[in-house]
Amino acid sequence: MAERKAFEIAAHSGFEEEQQHHIAMAVREAAVNAVLHGNAYNPDKKFFVAYEKTPQALVITVTDQGQGLDETLIPDPLAPENLMKQSGRGIFLIRAFMDEVTIRNMHPGTEITLVKHVGREAANAKEELK
Amino acid sequence: MTMKTSNRQVGDVTIVDLSGRITLGEGSVVLRETVQDLISKGKGKILLNLGDVTYIDSSGIGELVSAFTSVRNKGGQLKLLNLTKKVHDLLQITKLYTVFDIRNDEAVAVQSFDA
Repeated sequence: MAERKAFEIAAHSGFEEEQQHHIAMAVREAAVNAVLHGNAYNPDKKFFVAYEKTPQALVITVTDQGQGLDETLIPDPLAPENLMKQSGRGIFLIRAFMDEVTIRNMHPGTEITLVKHVGREAANAKEELK
Repeated sequence: MTMKTSNRQVGDVTIVDLSGRITLGEGSVVLRETVQDLISKGKGKILLNLGDVTYIDSSGIGELVSAFTSVRNKGGQLKLLNLTKKVHDLLQITKLYTVFDIRNDEAVAVQSFDA
């Protein structure tokens, strides 16, 4: 649901198809994280997804009602000892696909803010052409 | 779209054609059960054809890693065939592209399994 909404908003915000996919996937990973690791499958707890479109960026905030996430405890999935682990790539993929990612411990709950800048790829391409 | 699988046997290589999404709660379980079923039947040469896989998330990537490890631990080999750009990019980002044996030609892939 959150993923589909993110895809629609990204499309309406003028992002290219590949960026739409990246945004939707980041939101999906953040939502899954909120339900699994944040709310720990507790059906009484909710998670919230907020979208804000500014002229410069699409800002998406995913909030859960869990115990809170300590970012420093997230293992690096690219480390040799973690490479073949079955899980632990969600936050990494979110960071790979978005321009800015902020994780805030809300005591309780975690808020993950995802930012994708409008026209960044176009701007970068112009820089490369100079 | 729910993931679907169908198996084909080419010599002693089992080709699993997958289509749809390999994600948490959708295709991940199907993939796990498919590979476990093949292992239990003594199939040690497995080629996962991902050509019609439209989407894969971190859970799906984890399931591919788990399948690879499970087959290898039984002395077998699991290889990947026909990655879409999205799946290819994901495996590159996660540094798993060099872990898996990835092929684009089915006949060449079948021949590449150890005798």
